[in-house]
Amino acid sequence: MAHRPIRVLVAKVGLDGHDRGAKIVARCLRDAGMDVIYTGLHRTPEEVAAAAVQEDVDVLGVSVLSGAHMTLIPRIVEQLRQAQAGDILLVAGGVIPDEDVAALRAMGVADVLLQDTPPDVIVTRIRALAAARQPR
Amino acid sequence: MDDRDEAARAAAMRRDWEDRELRHFLERQPEARAEYRTASGLPVNRVYTPEDVRDTPFEEIGLPGRYPFTRGPYPTMYRGRLWTMRQIAGFGTGEDTNRRFRYLIGQGQTGLSVDFDMPTLMGYDSDDPHALGEVGREGVAVDTLEDLEALFDGIDLERISVSMTINPTAWILLAMYVALAEARGYDLNRLSGTVQADILKEYIAQKEWIFPIRPSLRIMRDMIVFCAERLARYNPINISGYHISEAGANSIQEVAFTMANAIAYVEEVTRSGVPVDRFAPRLAFYFVAQADFFEEVAKFRAARRVWAKLMRERFGARVPESMRLRFHCQTAAITLTKAQPMNNIVRTALQALSAVLGGAQSLHTNGLDEAFAIPSEEAMKVALRTQQIIAEETRVPNVADPLGGSYYVEALTTRIEAEVFRILRTVDELGGTIKAIEDGWFQREIADTAYDVARRKASGEHVVIGVNKHVEPAADQPIALHRIDPSVEARQIARLQAVRQGRDQATVTALLDRLEREAQDPAVNLMPVTIDLVRARASMGEIVARLRRVFGAYAERPVF
Repeated sequence: MAHRPIRVLVAKVGLDGHDRGAKIVARCLRDAGMDVIYTGLHRTPEEVAAAAVQEDVDVLGVSVLSGAHMTLIPRIVEQLRQAQAGDILLVAGGVIPDEDVAALRAMGVADVLLQDTPPDVIVTRIRALAAARQPR
Repeated sequence: MDDRDEAARAAAMRRDWEDRELRHFLERQPEARAEYRTASGLPVNRVYTPEDVRDTPFEEIGLPGRYPFTRGPYPTMYRGRLWTMRQIAGFGTGEDTNRRFRYLIGQGQTGLSVDFDMPTLMGYDSDDPHALGEVGREGVAVDTLEDLEALFDGIDLERISVSMTINPTAWILLAMYVALAEARGYDLNRLSGTVQADILKEYIAQKEWIFPIRPSLRIMRDMIVFCAERLARYNPINISGYHISEAGANSIQEVAFTMANAIAYVEEVTRSGVPVDRFAPRLAFYFVAQADFFEEVAKFRAARRVWAKLMRERFGARVPESMRLRFHCQTAAITLTKAQPMNNIVRTALQALSAVLGGAQSLHTNGLDEAFAIPSEEAMKVALRTQQIIAEETRVPNVADPLGGSYYVEALTTRIEAEVFRILRTVDELGGTIKAIEDGWFQREIADTAYDVARRKASGEHVVIGVNKHVEPAADQPIALHRIDPSVEARQIARLQAVRQGRDQATVTALLDRLEREAQDPAVNLMPVTIDLVRARASMGEIVARLRRVFGAYAERPVF
């Protein structure tokens, strides 16, 4: 168990079909040596949370560009909590206004990666988050 | 331009120039980069001469309004009529968007364009659990004909053209539009406008789908055939490269993949026995204007030439209108940044100029707040003014295809055309468009290009001002954003439920049964029954749910 790679689930939630960013992030994290699973499109918050638990991931990255993040992401937080998986690091990305970033962090989202975040910065931040979380 | 003598003289002069001027100059001042390329990766020379257009005889360039339409679809281009200034709008309920439409018309906009919310795009009613959090957010919510009545209240649809950005549920919106027009007593042959309805690019790029590919194509065919028979001036499809580009494709892929989709539609409709010249004149296109200025101008010109040749040579079209590509253009949302948002006005202006130099028939310019939220009224006004400045102040529209004859633009046009035909041959070798979609070929190509651009952005090779160059520390400039009205969902659901209460349920049920029966026979056109359904106040979600029983649902194999 000493050095298992960081496991990440990249998820698209809701009806939003913008998957360019999610797929780039998935690929960057994979190229950086992480185990990456991608849910594909149009998942419900329940499906995403269940998949994160089932896949035993360290990080759950959720991409929303439709503006529905303040409805969908709290439901993922709640689902993870109910599944006693609140230790999974939830990271949000997409088009998210600044004041919502603060609100998401307040409800327990570990990081918010907005558009134009360079790939190496994403990798660094995910690594730092995961390092702070392990030992497990 | 097939003047061999001129090319030979140019070659001699170039060699002399390289020897006398260039070599010494480069010794004193090397060029900034080792190699120069277009955004699509095509190599770019230092300077262009008649040597570079030896492959481009004047017949390939020609004159506007004549085959191969390189210089534009109409002989007088913007002298006769400017492009349609068509800012897209859509949020909240029909009433909310109707107010924005009236504002834009008041500001001098000349066409309407509707954005729908995610549930409408995907075929869910506003009270469906899938719609939670999405009602009226990214576009206007439409469940029933009442919503469309509110959306176009007080707007004369015989006098203004309306484009609707709607895809897997396009046939229902078209049915609602027809039902509304008939209720108002309009002549259907005077309606002009477009439904996007390009379902194939959804599987490839935008990812809004409901049914599997083949039944979706059948619905598409039904719309094209219905419009050919009943709506003489209406475009039943807007074959779209925009989303292919936004999803990550470069400009060559954008045109090639769009043409691959167009080929699939033409094959589908002609297979049902409709001659190509009966419907092809109403096929319309939609491209993006990206940041590489000259490549974009060349792209639009190349797209027209490719389409003209495809229609004449591959499909045996005889009338020029079938070969004449007309397109709507939108500036590139993907180029707009959250950092230093005022820069977005400048980006959009330059992209809009390339669309006009490329001969667009209709144009949407993005709001400077694109990277934040859906556009505010103020952002849309600046975007519209940008078009008006190009139209009225620059005098660019005075001449058709003013860049025609530029050695660079002509060489690039010919090169892009060749690259597009090369990709189309590959698609044919893969077994055609549908097979390539099913195999995820287009999807992988787009993901690869998107990833490559992301890497080049990260390395700084692909410059984005304010993001990886001339970055300012923090302090986003405050701009006033569009706010979502929290009462939208409740208002929308209340109206939907009132409509369900007030309608004759037995009629709706009988019509849904008829829809299900007719869907099982691929020879039947589904437009008439759908028009009857929306007139009886069936909701979009009910119509889609019933068809899902027959057609099933599409499932993507995700690739990254």
